[in-house]
Amino acid sequence: MENYKTLTIDEIQQGLRSGSFSAGELAHEALRVSKAENERYNSFIHFCPERAMEAAERVDAELAAGKDLGPLGGVPVAVKDVIMTEGLRTTCGSRILENYVAHYDATAVERLEKAGAVIFGKTNCDEFAMGSSNENSAFGSVRNPAVPERVPGGSSGGSAAAVAGGFAPVSLGTDTGGSIRQPASFCGVVGVKPTYGRVSRYGLTAFASSLDNIGPFARTVKDAATVLGVIAGYDAKDSTCANVDTSDYQAALDGDVKGLKIGVPKEYYAEGLDAEVRERIECGLKLLESLGCAIVEISLPHTEYAVATYYLICTAEASANLARYDGVRYTRRSSEMGTLEQMYAKTRAEGFGAEVTRRIILGTYVLSAGYYDAYYRKAQKARSLIAADFKKAFQTVDAIVTPVSPFPAFRLGEKVSDPLEMYLSDIYTLTSSLAGNTGISVPCGETSEGLPIGMQILADHFNEVTMLKLADAFERGVGFEVQ
Amino acid sequence: MKITKKEVRYIARLANLELSEEAIAQYSKDMEEILTYVDKLNELDTRDVEPMAQVIYDGIAISTMKDDAPAPSFDQEKALRESPLSGAGHFKVPKVIER
Repeated sequence: MENYKTLTIDEIQQGLRSGSFSAGELAHEALRVSKAENERYNSFIHFCPERAMEAAERVDAELAAGKDLGPLGGVPVAVKDVIMTEGLRTTCGSRILENYVAHYDATAVERLEKAGAVIFGKTNCDEFAMGSSNENSAFGSVRNPAVPERVPGGSSGGSAAAVAGGFAPVSLGTDTGGSIRQPASFCGVVGVKPTYGRVSRYGLTAFASSLDNIGPFARTVKDAATVLGVIAGYDAKDSTCANVDTSDYQAALDGDVKGLKIGVPKEYYAEGLDAEVRERIECGLKLLESLGCAIVEISLPHTEYAVATYYLICTAEASANLARYDGVRYTRRSSEMGTLEQMYAKTRAEGFGAEVTRRIILGTYVLSAGYYDAYYRKAQKARSLIAADFKKAFQTVDAIVTPVSPFPAFRLGEKVSDPLEMYLSDIYTLTSSLAGNTGISVPCGETSEGLPIGMQILADHFNEVTMLKLADAFERGVGFEVQ
Repeated sequence: MKITKKEVRYIARLANLELSEEAIAQYSKDMEEILTYVDKLNELDTRDVEPMAQVIYDGIAISTMKDDAPAPSFDQEKALRESPLSGAGHFKVPKVIER
């Protein structure tokens, strides 16, 4: 199969309907290509050929019986290894869950397979989704297919790389403070963080529960919209999953963005933004203007407090969520038993990597007696102010356009020694995460060195339609559709 | 904000983490740097601000509630499947009660 690496969902479905290839052949090709490339890119932690072939055979049998394809019928999908897949290992990129076999399927996984998707592998990521470069994985770093000596971004680095490298047409990632949008930007693909509550978190290993989201990566906005349409919607198994209507996201991509008002927050175009990134985003804004959008300057005055707020809240929630890995229920237990407390402490010390440990310590500290009000509660109040900034902005604009990251993909090892600097680089994505808004990273050109740059479009709660419509019109205008 | 090694040792105990002396030194340095940075929040006057624990969107407050109806759950065997040590339908841990 010559063109596997560039296939879109539409092309896959045309190929299956016309009999150019079967879903079985396609699944076989997905596994062959991904396994061959994995030595170099390390974007997968493990593969699931049996599950993939079973799903593909179901699709082929249904086609043979004259049934039509589901919206993802026959489409190979890679899934971040923090999302539960029953009967398959789900490692979260951590030693502590290295041999853990998931007890159940995440709702998103169940919905993908019901729509005919062929899940064939689980992708590499920063341990428990904590990181911005994928260098915190217990299973090694991932290389960026666009520029192999550089990081793919994180934490969903493997899922972004799988799509960018052509190993999977679409994939699932997760985004807590930018973990879909930033790697999409670094790798030059489309990545969507849905509104908090749009996609069920059931079966997503909890990192920071008030911020975690599941969302798609794809090579086109249309494909991302198709996957989002499949996984979105109410789920009784997640009490934070909103009971609001989902739209036909594909149908919304009509190219008509005339008259939409786009806010450009002045705080996002300040110190620290790489000159080439700024230039590309400004070109992007001009393109949107030429499509009939009105560009207006807005202010999100509490932006400068977002990194501090985010890293207090996410570490607090993480320290509570990760308490469950204590050597009792989840496979790994230290061989040195001792007392119960010693067993807990040794198991956790052996199982968690440095960044996860750092966040557990910080989170435990800010929740501890005497510091709770000064740090955690203070951050929750600052979060209210940040959310109010966005609420106010969306009363006057339809969308907000910003960079995704202050700089393009950096070299492997370049930033590992300075955790705070790594945290500060999440500023453009984590601010809207605190407010719960939806966001997308859409390719917007390259630096002079050929490093991909993503443009972020943010929209109000549950207004994915406007965001996707703008991203799609932009993609067509910029000529970034898969050739 | 100064963070001593003693404080990190205490926090590590609360978090059930056994850390080497080297790690304790490293984390006290990292914590100090991060907490000095987050002190920035003290510039904000938040006296009359409600804390935000969860994303709040416009909608009916009870729209995500479900009926309180029993439904099948994991059986014991499945729940114990990934345990490092189990027996007689229980998770097994080191002895906690002295006779």
